This record gives sequence, structure tokens and C-alpha cells, in this order.
Amino acid sequence: MELRYEIEGGDFTAAGNCSSDVKMALKKLGVRPEIIKKAIISLYEAEVNIVAHAYKGIALVDITTDRILCNLTDEGPGIEQIDLAMKPGWSTASQRVREMGFGAGMGLPNILKNCDKFKISSVVGVGTIVEFEVIIK
Amino acid sequence: MQVNDNRMRVGEVIEKIGAEVLCCMDSLDKEISLVIASDLMSEVLTVNDDNILLVSGLSNLQLVRTAEMLDIPAVIIVRGKDVTNEMIELATKKGIILAKSADSMFTVCGILHDAGLISVS
Repeated sequence: MELRYEIEGGDFTAAGNCSSDVKMALKKLGVRPEIIKKAIISLYEAEVNIVAHAYKGIALVDITTDRILCNLTDEGPGIEQIDLAMKPGWSTASQRVREMGFGAGMGLPNILKNCDKFKISSVVGVGTIVEFEVIIK
Repeated sequence: MQVNDNRMRVGEVIEKIGAEVLCCMDSLDKEISLVIASDLMSEVLTVNDDNILLVSGLSNLQLVRTAEMLDIPAVIIVRGKDVTNEMIELATKKGIILAKSADSMFTVCGILHDAGLISVS
């Protein structure tokens, strides 16, 4: 099953729509709850990152019987230092994002903690691609 | 993973706190045993436990979304914050009990601690 979502930067009202939809899809497919949780936490963190930092993005979710593969590609300022961004507590979030309850610098480390494979790449001034996989069996 | 054998009905918790239930009143028999109190959704998303009550002074849609992603059955919003219709609608749709307390987070947590609930790991 392949799912595709458009994510708008700055839209904290819609943030979570993609993750919520994928969660329902995984439940209907009968994926184990603990696997759903890992995938959905990762996806939600990645989705909120786009809303918090980018102009817009696309989330592609590919579900097979073996794994859930998510690719989130955004257009935005990009990440200058990925190794810093992966450090818990490091954040470049705006005041507005922090007021929404995010921007504590836990997002990318949390994705890494919950998934089985993780890749990130970024070009400053262009955007970022986050790709991760959660194994079902 | 944190475990607490001392489970409480959400209805009983809400009564002890004196909170006002805003939706999902037919779900008050759900049980919780652990508490996370935080205004940082980033922090809440790192929790790896079950049967959690979320206490927060953050009153926005992402509070409900975070509860949804973590299968948190009940959320208490403290400090008398206004709760939007959007939040109530989403919580109702997802079966998440939303309740509101005029007390501070410190006071609410004190009551929950005295009732035998413990923190997430």
C-alpha cells in the first residue's frame, strides 16, 4: 500500500493529519500495536518537523507485509549541521514553534530511537529528506 | 518500561482532581496507572509506556494529536486554560477523554501522587 500526503509549513492545525491517517491504515491492516506506535511516533515527529521548519513537504508511506517505509521530502531552509540536529536538545525552532509545545530538539533523535533504518540528507537553501523504515517482521 | 500495579479508573482520577470532563464521558471506566506532566510535546513523544494520563498546561490541537499518536486515553488540561471546539471534536473522534482543571500543574500532580499514581519511566 502506498500513501501520499502534502504537508504545509506553518500549518499547526493540519499537523498530524498524515500520521493519524497512516495510523488508521496500519490498524486496519492488522499490524501489531507496538510496531504501529514506533512507526507513528517517527512519522509524526517527521511531519511536525516539516510544519515547524520547512515551507512545505511530501510524505510518502509504503507499507508491505515486511516493513513500513516513510520518505519525507521538504522544501525549506535545510539543515546546516546534521550532526548537531541529531543531538538531543539541539534546536533551531522559532518562538512560535516552542509555544506550540515543540522545538525541544527531540524530534530527529526520537525518530532514530523508534525506527530500524534511518537516513537524512539536506541541502541548505533547498530542503531536507528524511527516510526511515520500521520492520514489521 | 514502567509498570504500576495501582491502576485507577479515569473517572475516579477526575473526581479526585475535581476536573470538568469535556468529552468522551462514556469512557470514564478506562484505567490509567502512570502519569506524564509536561508542556513539551517533544518530551511526551519520547515516552514508551502504556496506560498513561497526560497532564498539561498546553492547550492546543497538537496536545490531542500527541495523545492520539501515543494511545493516551485521557488528558487533563490545567491552569484553567481555554479548550477549543476543535480540540474537543478531535478528542471525541479519537475517543480521548479531555478534562479541564482550574488548578496548577503542581497541585494536580500532588493529588495524583497521593492517590498512588507514579511517573512514566
